Amino acid sequence: MATQQSRSAARWMMAPAVVLLLGWMLVPLVMTLYFSFKQYLPLRGGDLGWVGFDNYIRFVTSSAFWPSIQATLLIVGGVLVITVGLGILLALLLDQPMWGQGIVRILVIAPFFVMPTVSALVWKNMFMDPVNGLLAHLWKFFGAQPIEWLSQVSMTSIIIIVSWQWLPFATLILLTAVQSLDTEQMEAAEMDGAPLLSRFWHLVLPHLSRAITVVILIQTIFLLSIFAEIFVTTQGSFGTRTLTYLIFQRVLESQNVGLGSAGGVYAIILANIVAIFLMRIVGKNLDA
Amino acid sequence: MNLERSLYTASVLALIAAGSAQAQTTITIATVNNGDMIRMQGLTEDFTAQTGHQVEWVILEENVLRQRVTQDIATSGGQFDIMTIGMYETPIWAAQDWLVPLDDLPESYDADDILPAMRAGLSYEGTLYAAPFYGESSMVMYRTDLMEKAGLEMPEAPTWDFIREAAAAMTDRDNEIYGICLRGKAGWGENMAFITTVANSFGARWFDEDWTPQLDSPAWMEAVTFYNDLLANYGPPGASTNGFNENLSLFQQGKCGMWIDATVAASFVTNPNESTVADKVGFALAPDKGLGKRANWLWAWALAIPAGTQKEEAAKDFINWATSKDYLALVAEKEGWANVPPGSRTSLYENPEYLKAAPFAEMTLQSINAADPENPTVEPVPYVGIQYVAIPEWAGIGTTAGQEFSAMVAGQQSPEQALEKAQTLVADEMEAAGY
Amino acid sequence: MARAVTPKKKAINTAAAWAIGLLIFFPILWTILTSFKTEATAIADPPVFLFFDWTLENYQVVQDRSDYMRFLWNSVIIAGGSTLIGVMIAVPAAWSMAFVPSKRTKDILLWMLSTKMLPAVGVLYPIYLIFISMGLLDTRTGLVFILMMMNLPIIVWMLYTYFKEIPGEILEACRMDGAGLKEEILHILTPMAIPGIASTMLLNFILAWNEAFWTLNLTAAQAAPLTAFIASYSSPEGLFFAKLSAASTMAIAPVLILGWFSQKQLVRGLTFGAVK
Repeated sequence: MATQQSRSAARWMMAPAVVLLLGWMLVPLVMTLYFSFKQYLPLRGGDLGWVGFDNYIRFVTSSAFWPSIQATLLIVGGVLVITVGLGILLALLLDQPMWGQGIVRILVIAPFFVMPTVSALVWKNMFMDPVNGLLAHLWKFFGAQPIEWLSQVSMTSIIIIVSWQWLPFATLILLTAVQSLDTEQMEAAEMDGAPLLSRFWHLVLPHLSRAITVVILIQTIFLLSIFAEIFVTTQGSFGTRTLTYLIFQRVLESQNVGLGSAGGVYAIILANIVAIFLMRIVGKNLDA
Repeated sequence: MNLERSLYTASVLALIAAGSAQAQTTITIATVNNGDMIRMQGLTEDFTAQTGHQVEWVILEENVLRQRVTQDIATSGGQFDIMTIGMYETPIWAAQDWLVPLDDLPESYDADDILPAMRAGLSYEGTLYAAPFYGESSMVMYRTDLMEKAGLEMPEAPTWDFIREAAAAMTDRDNEIYGICLRGKAGWGENMAFITTVANSFGARWFDEDWTPQLDSPAWMEAVTFYNDLLANYGPPGASTNGFNENLSLFQQGKCGMWIDATVAASFVTNPNESTVADKVGFALAPDKGLGKRANWLWAWALAIPAGTQKEEAAKDFINWATSKDYLALVAEKEGWANVPPGSRTSLYENPEYLKAAPFAEMTLQSINAADPENPTVEPVPYVGIQYVAIPEWAGIGTTAGQEFSAMVAGQQSPEQALEKAQTLVADEMEAAGY
Repeated sequence: MARAVTPKKKAINTAAAWAIGLLIFFPILWTILTSFKTEATAIADPPVFLFFDWTLENYQVVQDRSDYMRFLWNSVIIAGGSTLIGVMIAVPAAWSMAFVPSKRTKDILLWMLSTKMLPAVGVLYPIYLIFISMGLLDTRTGLVFILMMMNLPIIVWMLYTYFKEIPGEILEACRMDGAGLKEEILHILTPMAIPGIASTMLLNFILAWNEAFWTLNLTAAQAAPLTAFIASYSSPEGLFFAKLSAASTMAIAPVLILGWFSQKQLVRGLTFGAVK
């Protein structure tokens, strides 16, 4: 049992991290709130006075708002489904005995080391370019009309790029979980003649649930704020304007800091809704 | 070594140190990653040799650059001593007293030599606030061989109807030759620059004299439908994501019959090192619709000094170096006359050597001179600017509207829908800005 | 759950895994290959894979334009510095949460993670103003601080999950012997936690290295890391695939190599308490 002394020591040890994060959260938050109630246009002389909730109303009533929420959730959801789905399959495959396992693992995790700007640039230009891109060459080779990736199927393209970056992360976490599967139990089930799918459903998936939760939690945190991939590829056109990107356009392109800040507050609210939702699941699953 | 000698050495060293401490300033310059700027960066040594000042370069892609410098100047961040900005930003920033006026450049700089159109576009209330590094208008660039094959002859001043006819005749999809390449990539400096010039020539305007958005007018409808049809029928695949650079690359690879874009592209498409069609390019004025306005724009990349910099003198020295006649001569000496930054000085277009080396010089000058930012449209407007509207909200408006037109080119919506959405977006933005 | 299988099955596994591995790796491989081509070869139709005249000219062009070492050094300092300081702050916090848990420990952990959800774009303006007033713009110090704060929640959480795995009995025994708190941390826990700390540092180094919003928006000439280096190659005029590839290869190579050498630690470390 922890003593009174170690409790107070623990509090002191936690203090720097907690205080720093509190400051990191509060200072920008207070400043964002402050700007969000102002008509603040740097290119028109800066602070033009208090405007109450005008910015908040204008931000949600703009025709771009709901599509942006939809785009955000679509990207997060799409990437999660792909990375978790393929991640599980890949983890199960990598767990099988094979030659050159180490090298294969290196190949699979490599995309995780590539900075998002670079991966977006490479995909956009060298793969998805409808004239010189490698995928266009591939399509032409099979006699098909090349797809205009970033305009015709813009959302799919962005989901592909982002999934490529995050698949290694999901695979790695799931792989460690797969490796701790109870072999005897699996073999017993195999002996009993349980079909592959049923074994997967009743034994593997429950065992992985905790790892899946972790993957979803961590990835959601990063995916909600993806920016570079969109900035480099479509710049928010063709329905890929996420909430983060919409705020960027308000603050930096229109130079309307008040309106953008109100958008920032909405983004914080959205993040927290998602967070509470996630924490519920994680809390149950992690019993930390 | 005797004492006298070492004393002498020491004092000389001290003198050098004192001298360099006085003269040596390091200035930070933010610029865009265009070929001419990269060449300028490569020639920095010449500037350092002349003035003793050092230069730190921050070279960024256009969108990132705009975002960085706007953010910095709006908050007086003081990160840069010289910023590369355009004709759009200059008067707006100057009105906020954010820029150092450039009215005291030395006699030898010969500010009167700057092309009048450029000078007007980079001034605010008659004072120059940014010095043009290079300037451009837009014009038609076409493949002489394909034009001949199609049995047509490009007039010096074509109409839009002729352009359509020629695009149809040159298109040969099986051989990946597309009659016309145009900007489709969303952005106020990308597709909206081009679409706005088309609209101007079709008699449309962004705002009426009371600042009411006019995108619901029949003239806009006609212009946008025409643009959309051209690209859909005779344009390359993926036109909705093609900007200046993408189209340049396509043209250089010989995949475009015609390309209407910035006059600076002329030197790239005629450069045999970069272009596979260098010897088969002709030039013509931007098209019109017979309403008295041609679809040519006016733009300059210019160097400006943000107010509040500690290194104003050194920054002025740099501008005096980089936008001078001597700089043009320096580039000519190192890279040949065809590669000097065009469109900034009258004297360049009077230089026989340049005229000989640059077959596009004549057409460039004509296009620049024909552009009038004060009267860009057929009907009167309350704003300045041909392919942009010189108000702070334009960057936001242009880009969001540009995304609608880009989606139109991608076939995701009709011209009616695009215009309707753009009209709403523009009205929203203008209201938010307090018009 | 490795077990004995027939060679035939092993061969099938191997083939499938290698095919998928190469497919996933292919974009990187293609970028590296393209960086050794001339601009004309880079867009050749049909594309060429291995049989072309290998050239280093793109690397030369990129190096002439921007001093790679300087950007590299900034990246190393910023990513390394933020990771080191982050771990120094996080270790005590994670330790106390793992070994002296209270009712609120879980809430604090989840709250810490939620601070990561603040959209960076929305607070750019406030942060920029704060940085101006503190003179932190375009300094490595400023970026070290920002990236440290960005990643601190992840660091605390990762460390917390490792520390949780250290059996409590060892601690009990240690306390019986009358060891003080300091000895407890220094001699018992730290050695056991070192593998965990190492993989945490690796992951955060990678995250900090690849961060492209703050590093681009808060720097100019002095502190600009490799993310800014890349921003000047994204769409230059004319043909640029080969130069872009060379710049990309230069930007990702250090972390790619680091990641490969340390992949064992990383694989072991990336569990986030997912395995029980």
